[in-house]
Amino acid sequence: MSERASQPLAAPDVETDEWQRVNPLTMMVQMARTLAQAILPAIAVLYGAASSEPDSEGLGAIAPYFVPIFGAIIGINLLGAWLSWRRLLYRVGETDVRVEQGIISRSARSVPYERIQDVSLEQKLIPRLLGLVEVKFETGAGGKEELKLSYVSEAEGEKLRETVRALVEGETAKPALIGEAGEASLQVAEPVGRTLFAMDTKRLFLFGLFNFSLVVFAVLLGALQQLEFLLPFDMWDYIADIFRDERIAEAGELVNGYSTFAQVLAILYAVAAVVVVGMASGVVRTFVRDWEFRLERTPKGFRRRRGLLTKTDVVMPVHRVQALVLKTGWLRRRFGWHGLSFISLAQDAGSANHDVAPFAQMKEIAPIAREAGFSLPDDSADWRRASEDYYFDRAVMQAFVPVVAALVLALQGYWVPTVLLLGLAAFLAVGEYYRWRVVRHALDPQQVVSRRGWLAPNYRIANRVKLHSVEISQNPLGRWRGYCTLRFGLAGGRLAFPGLSLEDARQMRAAALESIAAVDFAKLPR
Amino acid sequence: MDTEPLSKLDPAYATVMRIEGTLTVLPFLIAALVMGVAGALPEPWTWAPMIVPVLIALVMVLLIPMKRYRSRGYHVSTDRLRVVKGVMFHADTVVPFSRVQHLDVEQGPLERAFGIARLILHTAGTHNASVTLPGLRHADAVAMREEIRQHVKRESL
Repeated sequence: MSERASQPLAAPDVETDEWQRVNPLTMMVQMARTLAQAILPAIAVLYGAASSEPDSEGLGAIAPYFVPIFGAIIGINLLGAWLSWRRLLYRVGETDVRVEQGIISRSARSVPYERIQDVSLEQKLIPRLLGLVEVKFETGAGGKEELKLSYVSEAEGEKLRETVRALVEGETAKPALIGEAGEASLQVAEPVGRTLFAMDTKRLFLFGLFNFSLVVFAVLLGALQQLEFLLPFDMWDYIADIFRDERIAEAGELVNGYSTFAQVLAILYAVAAVVVVGMASGVVRTFVRDWEFRLERTPKGFRRRRGLLTKTDVVMPVHRVQALVLKTGWLRRRFGWHGLSFISLAQDAGSANHDVAPFAQMKEIAPIAREAGFSLPDDSADWRRASEDYYFDRAVMQAFVPVVAALVLALQGYWVPTVLLLGLAAFLAVGEYYRWRVVRHALDPQQVVSRRGWLAPNYRIANRVKLHSVEISQNPLGRWRGYCTLRFGLAGGRLAFPGLSLEDARQMRAAALESIAAVDFAKLPR
Repeated sequence: MDTEPLSKLDPAYATVMRIEGTLTVLPFLIAALVMGVAGALPEPWTWAPMIVPVLIALVMVLLIPMKRYRSRGYHVSTDRLRVVKGVMFHADTVVPFSRVQHLDVEQGPLERAFGIARLILHTAGTHNASVTLPGLRHADAVAMREEIRQHVKRESL
């Protein structure tokens, strides 16, 4: 399909209904990206060529080729960038958004407005310097093949988002009007862009401390392996030397030589160093991801902006929130810190994408939940536990292997491992008992609530009306012992309750089905 | 609502499962026959390899289709479909018609020969994104599809 062939299709009267090209600066971004990818290998090749020469004038021998090689690389990139810019066309039409692209093989994609869940803008580092944004048209649950436009200018992106949103609203307003009249008038009354939650630097820092992470060590090792050729010495030889020369043994002797007090100090120092590095990397990661975190309530929904290097700007319409996830950690919980995220119909890839309040006190979270149409469960809820039999069986199964191993070892006369294994078995069994105590579920008139996790409770709160199916399943053991798993079909997420007594599960299913069947899917605000 | 009697599937469904079982066992049977004819094993054991495929055949052709057929059932009420299945692992799923996104009626070649079909209900949920009800008479499946679709349509208007 060429642009000329499809142009007559465009209706001439609407201003938006024209084929357009993305911002020419896109070429710069592409160039920068491909060059960054090409430059490291190029250096590697040149360095390799230079050092493989036996005589000293290695670099001198290949110097004349530098300019033509790099020139060719840049030239090819430039041509490719120009061609792909030239061949990328988009059109905001009457009923759909279309994007045509590809240099040799053309692909034409059309997404009808009623399938567009949302339009989000994203800025990575280089586009941000050039004032460009990537526009993503999010479609449906799963979000595998999304329509993306990279890149348009910031103003154009904002305009595009507004235009498409208005068109999407127009497309879906007709069926939604009936069920939603009350809600619509409510939305009008609201002030524009009210800030619900924001994190200042102090909060971010605290959050970072709790995001302790040792990933940096793995990254360092990986980088060492990748960039080894740039090091002035051979790392693996060096490590081998350490072992061969018994430098480790020396170090060990050194430690042995110290007094006990000094040994303890040295170990403490090592542990402290790891903790400090872990916390520092946690802080850095948190700053990069959540810099200037800001959640606002706009007439369109929840708008979240965050990011230091990659700035994201996501709008989540209120009625598309399917469920809430309330998480905490075993340590941060002691200080009252929780994280709130949404399960949304337009669930995009990645785990942390719908965080709305990643690090907040409950009194800050409650208004956000209320704004999304959910109420947080409290002690007055009708909390129920799963079947005791389920956790008893689990405890038996978990303890079984260590106990058998312990018995075998005891017969052989190894007492220390026997005691250790029995301890492990007891720990696992007590863990299951504890889990039975803390894992709960509740059913209130509007919601289904699940509370899981034994060191830190995590809540999932789903709207009863927004569930899609209910399944009660039993494995052979469950059938024998009379318990089952209750699973709800939830768009964009999972909601399961293992080990319920059959009667309890049937009650929950009947109640949930009553609410589901009472409201048609098409009448659900989309 | 859990006490309502379940409708049985078409008996042809069991037959189809038997034929599928037979087709699965057939290669083993042939291999064992070849071994027997070729005399791969010494005298008293010549036909011993046949024991394995015959046992598999008994299970796959006689036992499993019967059990599976007996364990399956469904119930259609005014606003929801309940599908029950599973010999060892029991599953009892309810899909309200109001949450059905779209519907399929599918037939494999064997199913076509016996005039049965599968009705598939698609929902927007991540779990149970599609619920399959096999072993319906083709005409019934089409009628059910139409009925559910009418329901979906009427409610959304």
